[in-house]
Amino acid sequence: MPRELVIKGGRVLTPDGPRPGDVAIKDGVVVAVGDDLDGKHVLDAAGCVVGPGLVDLHTHLREPGREEAETVDSGARAAALGGYTAIVAMPNTEPAIDCAAVVREVLELGASSCCDVRVAGAITVGRAGERLAPLGEMADLGVRLFTDDGAGVQDARLMRRAFEYATALDVTLGQHCEDAALAAGGHMHEGEWSSRLGIAGIPAEAEELMIMRDLALARLTGARVHFLHVSTAGSVELLRSAREDIRYSAEAAPHHFTLTDEAVAGYDPLFKVNPPLRSANDVAAIKAALADLTIGVIATDHAPHAAEAKEAPFDEAPPGMLGLETALALALTELDLTEQQVFDRMSARPAEIAGLAGHHGVWIEKGAPANLCVVDPAAQWVVDPAALASRSRNTPYAGRKLTGKVRHTILRGEPIVIDGVAQR
Amino acid sequence: MSRHLLSIDDLGAEGIEEVLKLADSFVEVSHRDIARVPALRGKTVVSLFYEDSTRTRLSFETAARRLSADTMTFSVSTSSVKKGESLRDTVQTIDAMGVDAIVVRHRSAGVPHQVAHWSTSAVINAGDGWHEHPTQALLDCYTIRQRLGGVAGKHIAIVGDIKHSRVARSNILAFTALGADVTIVAPPTLLPPSLAGWPVTVSHDLDAVLPKVDVVYLLRLQNERMTEALLPSAREYTARYGLTRARAALLADDAIVMHPGPMNRGVEIAAEVADLPSSVITQQVANGVAVRQAVLFLLLGSGASRAA
Repeated sequence: MPRELVIKGGRVLTPDGPRPGDVAIKDGVVVAVGDDLDGKHVLDAAGCVVGPGLVDLHTHLREPGREEAETVDSGARAAALGGYTAIVAMPNTEPAIDCAAVVREVLELGASSCCDVRVAGAITVGRAGERLAPLGEMADLGVRLFTDDGAGVQDARLMRRAFEYATALDVTLGQHCEDAALAAGGHMHEGEWSSRLGIAGIPAEAEELMIMRDLALARLTGARVHFLHVSTAGSVELLRSAREDIRYSAEAAPHHFTLTDEAVAGYDPLFKVNPPLRSANDVAAIKAALADLTIGVIATDHAPHAAEAKEAPFDEAPPGMLGLETALALALTELDLTEQQVFDRMSARPAEIAGLAGHHGVWIEKGAPANLCVVDPAAQWVVDPAALASRSRNTPYAGRKLTGKVRHTILRGEPIVIDGVAQR
Repeated sequence: MSRHLLSIDDLGAEGIEEVLKLADSFVEVSHRDIARVPALRGKTVVSLFYEDSTRTRLSFETAARRLSADTMTFSVSTSSVKKGESLRDTVQTIDAMGVDAIVVRHRSAGVPHQVAHWSTSAVINAGDGWHEHPTQALLDCYTIRQRLGGVAGKHIAIVGDIKHSRVARSNILAFTALGADVTIVAPPTLLPPSLAGWPVTVSHDLDAVLPKVDVVYLLRLQNERMTEALLPSAREYTARYGLTRARAALLADDAIVMHPGPMNRGVEIAAEVADLPSSVITQQVANGVAVRQAVLFLLLGSGASRAA
């Protein structure tokens, strides 16, 4: 039931920038931004930023297939606690989300969860990189982003066809940029640390080669390409110098602007991720790219894995880290961005790419949808893996003190998270 | 000495010297009629070998028995993941039996670190992937010291597949810690991608290096390197980097030839070179037992106490 709700005393991110004030909500819509507003229900936001709910373009929900690691329900709850009101589920489930039936299944599972769940469809059948998946029938169900994430589409001819086909559908193709032959056998960033630790490396060039290729193919076809989890300084250079007529967007993950390959020194598979944690130089380049909008989006690449999967030898463990519940704090503290810029990278821009413009990522003013994230940017907390809402525990930030804690999350006017506690 | 031996870095120069000195006394004991001493009576040493290595396992088990320790072998030919049991479960199962030391060999780098993290026993790295093989380096230092009087100031060339060699990584750390001057000789495809922080000189010209060295240390060339496009052929490798008879003649008179075994005669080392008096390859094996006795004694013997 819609109810009248007022969020009191925060710094409200409006189309004209932040302003102190209250936000009144009715029937799922912001009805007023002003001073001394009253309502039936009041949520305190003193000291907090009140922004549009975050949108994650890159969440692995593991359902169907790996429900011991995450379900749509548990992942959506983790998302809401992290300030997200919409997430895009990656298609590398078992089976893969590569046809209308699986799209429907995941959308249904997400229908009553803690945030809006959208899906990304696979570009190729079974993500096998061989035949085009039925992009059209998935697009008809509202899918706006397609990717074989977990692997890049290796065949340039097939990728060209996918881009061409996509131009008729008003969709974006996301690429996991990794040249499989060059990366083969690698388990961490190739460099000083991989050499010392005796772990086979994945060179930065494996990512950069595919970015070069897809920039060329996007130009050839006029398609929209979204580069997933960009991680290297060389990739940033390529994107920064890309021709203006190429329609590209790009995202970076929090772990790629907060951690380096040195973290692997203890051989803990919690620090194994793909693309791998890179060098300090790459981290600096990603931060700069997020500041100057060479990379416009922060996406989590939230990748849950059951504990036993990560208690394997480093080269046998699957790659991936949790991200939904720590992303906003890291973005607020580790980047040289204003609060409004952080919400731009984590809400407004990803909403556009996800096809959610007008519903999510809308700056707050009268008439805006009441999908909101209220975060206390000064609140300190220590990451306790056991306290996370995700079914998995594979956060690389265990024990780390973070600054910035989500206080309330509002979905269509309803408080889903109140004072850091999920209501569903 | 720290509680585990995972890397040569755990020892430092002082720790290496301590092992070598203690190994002297075990070499002396080995010449007696009864080579066994009661130093580790009541202690249990488990060999946890995820990768076949008869020689290293036998060397450790012989070392443990000569110290009167009980030994157990836990052989696993398949990976823990394929077997269905996690590495952690295996380690905790062994640990629950109340063992004192776990000697670990695994094809994956870092596994001994993980075992040490999950176990209350002392952990000895008996070779992990491409990472390290510290007791091999210790026995190599011991052998050089025995033959040349010491390691400090010696010029040592390590030749071959440095990139994929745990022996090379441990030896570079050990030799340089003791003050040797190390040159690595290999085709660029068999060098690690980055040598930042490695205190070594790099050469691709074995002929130019050989006359200047006190020790030439040859690494085994795995056949799979040819299929990975790292080398055109074994023949070309031998022609450029093999210690042929003609190349061996470039060595100084008192220089020695070393190899961790098993050798590919005719590939990295000519058959007749392996049998020259300057070759100390069997001596390396012999010293392995005494050096491993020293390591076990330092980790488990009087002075070292099992952590609570």
